[in-house]
Amino acid sequence: MAARAHVKYMTEGEGGLSAALLAGVLVCLFAAARAEDAAFAFHAYLSAAASLGGLMLVLSHFAGRDASPVPQEVNGKPNYNLGPVKFAVIASVVWGIAGFLVGVIIAFQLWAPELNFGLPFTNFGRLRPLHTSAVIFAFGGNVLIGTSFYVVQRTCRARLAGELAPWFVVLGYNFFIVLAGTGYLLGVTQSKEYAEPEWYADLWLTIVWVVYLLVFLGTIWKRKEPHIFVANWFYLAFIVTIAMLHIVNNLAMPVSVFGSKSYPIFSGVQDALIQWWYGHNAVGFFLTAGFLAIMYYFIPKRAERPVYSYRLSIIHFWALIFMYIWAGPHHLHYTALPDWAQTLGMTFSIMLWMPSWGGMINGLMTLSGAWDKLRTDPVLRMMVVSLAFYGMSTFEGPMMSIKAVNSLSHYTDWTIGHVHSGALGWVAYVSFGALYCLVPWLWNRPRLYSLKLVEWHFWVSTLGIVLYITSMWVAGIMQGLMWRAYNALGFLEYSFIETVEAMQPYYLVRALGGVLFLTGALIMAFNLYMTVRGSEAEEEEQVPVLAPAPAPLPIAAE
Amino acid sequence: MAHASQKNLEALADQETTGHEWDGIEEFNNPLPRWWLWLLYATVVWSIAYWVVYPSWPLVRDYTHGLFGYSQRAAVLNEVEAARAARGELGKALASAPLEEIRKDPELLKLALANGKAAFGDNCASCHGTGATGRTGYPNLQDDEWLWGGTLEEIYQTIRVGARAGHGETRQSEMLAFGRDGMLKREEIRAVANYVLSLSGRAFDPKLKLEDGQAIFAQNCAACHGETGKGNKEMGAPDLTDAIWLYGSSPEQVMATIHNGRKGVMPSWEGRLDPVTIKALAVYVHSLGGGQ
Amino acid sequence: MAATQTGLWKKHEFFEKNSIVLLIGTLIVVAIGGLIEIVPLFYLKSTVEKVEGMRPYTPLELAGRNIYIREGCYLCHSQMIRSMRDEVERYGHFSLAAESMYDHPFQWGSKRTGPDLARVGGKYSDEWHRDHLKDPKSVVPTSIMPSYAFLDRELDFRGIAADLKANRAIGVPYTDDMVESARADLLAQASPDSPGVEELQKRYPKAVARDFDGDPKRVTELDALIAYLQMLGTLVDFKLYDGKAQDNLR
Ligand code: HEC
Ligand code: HEC
Ligand code: HEC
Ligand code: HEM
Ligand code: HEM
Ligand SMILES: [Ca+2]
Ligand SMILES: [Ca+2]
Ligand SMILES: [Cu+2]
Repeated sequence: MAARAHVKYMTEGEGGLSAALLAGVLVCLFAAARAEDAAFAFHAYLSAAASLGGLMLVLSHFAGRDASPVPQEVNGKPNYNLGPVKFAVIASVVWGIAGFLVGVIIAFQLWAPELNFGLPFTNFGRLRPLHTSAVIFAFGGNVLIGTSFYVVQRTCRARLAGELAPWFVVLGYNFFIVLAGTGYLLGVTQSKEYAEPEWYADLWLTIVWVVYLLVFLGTIWKRKEPHIFVANWFYLAFIVTIAMLHIVNNLAMPVSVFGSKSYPIFSGVQDALIQWWYGHNAVGFFLTAGFLAIMYYFIPKRAERPVYSYRLSIIHFWALIFMYIWAGPHHLHYTALPDWAQTLGMTFSIMLWMPSWGGMINGLMTLSGAWDKLRTDPVLRMMVVSLAFYGMSTFEGPMMSIKAVNSLSHYTDWTIGHVHSGALGWVAYVSFGALYCLVPWLWNRPRLYSLKLVEWHFWVSTLGIVLYITSMWVAGIMQGLMWRAYNALGFLEYSFIETVEAMQPYYLVRALGGVLFLTGALIMAFNLYMTVRGSEAEEEEQVPVLAPAPAPLPIAAE
Repeated sequence: MAHASQKNLEALADQETTGHEWDGIEEFNNPLPRWWLWLLYATVVWSIAYWVVYPSWPLVRDYTHGLFGYSQRAAVLNEVEAARAARGELGKALASAPLEEIRKDPELLKLALANGKAAFGDNCASCHGTGATGRTGYPNLQDDEWLWGGTLEEIYQTIRVGARAGHGETRQSEMLAFGRDGMLKREEIRAVANYVLSLSGRAFDPKLKLEDGQAIFAQNCAACHGETGKGNKEMGAPDLTDAIWLYGSSPEQVMATIHNGRKGVMPSWEGRLDPVTIKALAVYVHSLGGGQ
Repeated sequence: MAATQTGLWKKHEFFEKNSIVLLIGTLIVVAIGGLIEIVPLFYLKSTVEKVEGMRPYTPLELAGRNIYIREGCYLCHSQMIRSMRDEVERYGHFSLAAESMYDHPFQWGSKRTGPDLARVGGKYSDEWHRDHLKDPKSVVPTSIMPSYAFLDRELDFRGIAADLKANRAIGVPYTDDMVESARADLLAQASPDSPGVEELQKRYPKAVARDFDGDPKRVTELDALIAYLQMLGTLVDFKLYDGKAQDNLR
């Protein structure tokens, strides 16, 4: 394969990465030998194997590639690097299904505790973080990385910066997910919600994330278009802010460099606020800014309509990222956090309402003049419904931030209902929409295997969402009211266990809603799989294919 | 606009775009929606007003306390006090009246029962059951068999100081571990268990002579459970002649009791629950059916 | 058709054309809120109340706390009694910031599937906890708490002194003495009538030494977890605490 004209040399990247991975193998084996607990030893061996695998990938890439560098353009068109995008797309579907499945399991466990099976690794307390991380970081994270790598290339008309770096990001990120997930099952956790992985996984993610930032920025630097597209503002804000939050919230003192356990350096009330400064902005920047970026590309693209308002983009972008950061204390109302901080958290949450809605308006109004497409194109409909859920949860959120409301909702299933109206309705739906768009584009297929199956997916999972969130609203509000119910003589009306008993029917309804949602996702996976295989179902009516720019065929290095 | 359909082109014609294009996507230059902007301003104005009234901004040594010096802790302390005050004279009487008087005054009794029932659900039901019927190891509070006595005062005392709990005056005594500590041999335990069960007509092994068991009992057990096995409330030694068994009535369970001993712990509630609630609980438990 | 931007809108081009400016601008904008809310918590005196009785966890309690974290109890149980009437009447005095001052990490929780545990210490007997952890339905028939029967296994406390050291490095006042006797203290606390108990209580006032798991021959994970549960909320002396003092109201 190597061109005769040149002698083939390793690039600095290939050489450096090989050396680093080799060092990685050795360090990990050493750590495994010295390990002080079984989980750490397991993770060290896993890391050694992953480093070795990485090393072999780099070497085989080197052996298989041309001596000359990958061309940035082919026939005057950018030579997009789609391999890492494809990987992230597949990973997101797989992790998504795994995450929803674990969600269904823990939902049933709350209804029938026997399903915990009395084993350590099947226990609710270990599976719940597995669920939250699988859906947010594994499913959502892969969607974000995949779409951002796609969108930044297309909107900059430039190939991704670096050849190995983008692969390092997707593979390294997914390895982080494996470390995190297996860790939870083994009981390795820092207990900080959405930041549970232990110190070494945190460190690894930091490295991956910095490379992610560099790849993203590097691609922007190569852009052919003078202006940076609005979706990329949001992606960029998501990447840098998550870096800041992740580093500060995870500062910890390991007990030993050869053990999994660490103690976070902050304690008590300071730790609480730093955790929820992080936690709330994981919502704000991971689950909101990142997915708004997806919305800003895929909705106008799919609807073939310009973004509604450039000015609204500007104002709501800056307002959103500024205000979100302040809202963390709304997770700590009436706690031992001082009153003044609670006030700031509450008021900024309320001021956050309109900046949040700015994104919804910009998305919805982009469709004005194209509403008829919602009837025929279930993919577009899914994305529009996601905006409706986004609007709903960003109205509900500020409302729940009001202290009087929060005094009722906090600690109850109302919060869980709110989470899932945002998570299922907004995050998952906009992701599904993006996946349905991306798969035909990436694999050069004229269209999806079946739009009818998309219809099915849409209706089955919408019913699932409705069951999930309505049952949790009823359950949560009922629970909150029962906790504070007083009888005529001014004594508490219900004991705690009576409230637990009252929740049972709602837990079952929620679990069934989860089953429907999972079913929808399985339908999607099948549809996408068939699309990649190049099949097309026989259907009366297919919507015209939408705007997949001509595929950049010769993809040199993948 | 390369990919826009003809129909869309027409619709677009009368709106301004910014003139940029990314992968076929353009942007309109529409102004900010008015209602949106006004709502944003409204939330800002509301927040500023809120900051003026409530504690909000951190400073160098202190924070702004707001116009009226609001504090959620002061508010809840006041609220709890107000709720107490709302029970008026009756509430005060509950705090000061002797137990017997509470039981006799229907108004006071009603208040005490409500108070006791509420506290029972969250504090006692986990052991004694939501219906106070108890479970193995946790006595039934509805029957009229009492380990430590069933008068109002005795019940009050048990709740206040607990049994074998951390309290300085807690009710002490224990059922010795005759087998484990080598005071009785296996056969002796079997014999005495057979005898003890015979007291309520359930001797399980006709081959064992009751007299043997009785002798062992008189020597080892009577000090606490009494010559006739009727128990002793001073030391919480249960009556062994009734058919009520705290630790189960099967021969195995009774032998296990004698072999390993027992010292069930009833927590002390003084310091954890307020004194009025403890009184109310005593009245409530007393009223469940077994009160003496 | 294409508009040229004027006024302020035009200025925004600066961000749109320079990725580094956009990046730095974003970083500045997102740093402000956190700085203003978080930094004062470290220097304002009113943040953490002055109380009597707080002490670091004993080695056994710390080991128990680590099991609590490992098993994810915090996902169903809060340890934060809010300053609201119903919570104060159900669970006891509202939680103070001081009560979690040695908690790395905090365990306030965000969901109450089960009841608050901030003051569960002393509420039940060890035996009850044992039964409840092994099979919650055996004591609370309608409970939905999972069974933790598997905790009835040997506690691994070889590295307990290193745990204390790590805590000391981040500000928990463990003394050299405490670090050195960590193992001995742990064993003493789990063994009734052990001679080390007095020493333990000198180092950790109010520490309760018992055989928590009902098996005096072994030190199990249940021993540690129950020791932790039994001390929750028992340290601060509320008789010496002035709830109405200005700084404590915050
Ligand atoms: C940890 C479990 C537990 C809890 C919680 C508990 N108890 Fe008990 N209680 C016991 C046990 C065990 C005994 C029997 C003590 C003995 O064997 O001497 C007991 C005994 C009693 C007795 C004496 C019964 C007799 O026969 O003399 C009364 C009265 C009582 N409890 C009331 C209460 C009340 C009221 C509460 C709530 C405020 C409560 N208990 C909470 C375990 C508990
Ligand atoms: C030092 C006093 C003491 C002596 C001596 C003693 N007991 Fe007990 N016994 C108790 C106490 C106190 C209890 C209740 C323990 C509890 O409530 O946890 C008890 C409980 C029992 C029970 C359980 C009753 C039930 O309801 O389940 C049996 C059976 C019993 N004793 C039999 C005996 C026999 C047989 C002997 C002699 C071999 C004996 N005891 C000697 C104090 C004593
Ligand atoms: C799936 C949710 C769930 C998990 C996980 C869970 N619990 Fe519970 N817990 C409950 C529920 C529900 C109750 C109330 C019913 C009961 O008492 O069993 C409860 C009650 C309790 C109580 C009694 C509190 C009181 O005041 O009555 C304690 C103590 C407790 N849990 C400790 C733990 C510990 C320790 C763990 C972790 C090892 C844990 N729980 C994990 C749901 C859970
Ligand atoms: C099949 C679909 C799903 C089911 C059945 C499900 C079920 C559950 C259950 C039972 C819980 C625990 C609630 C509790 O502790 O009471 C939970 C928590 C959570 N789930 Fe899901 N889930 C699903 C999908 C998702 C998705 C797609 C996301 C995010 C993108 C998500 C994010 C979360 C989060 C963040 C929490 C923690 C909430 C909190 O701590 O307040 N879930 N889920
Ligand atoms: C303006 C926007 C929003 C505001 C002001 C807001 C506010 C809130 C509030 C007040 C809570 C409850 C805190 C508590 O009582 O414990 C909460 C919880 C939560 N919200 Fe939102 N919310 C917003 C949007 C969203 C969106 C779009 C999502 C997307 C998924 C989301 C995800 C979550 C999650 C995961 C939690 C649970 C955190 C936890 O306790 O583990 N929120 N939010
Ligand atoms: Ca972490
Ligand atoms: Ca033991
Ligand atoms: Cu939030």
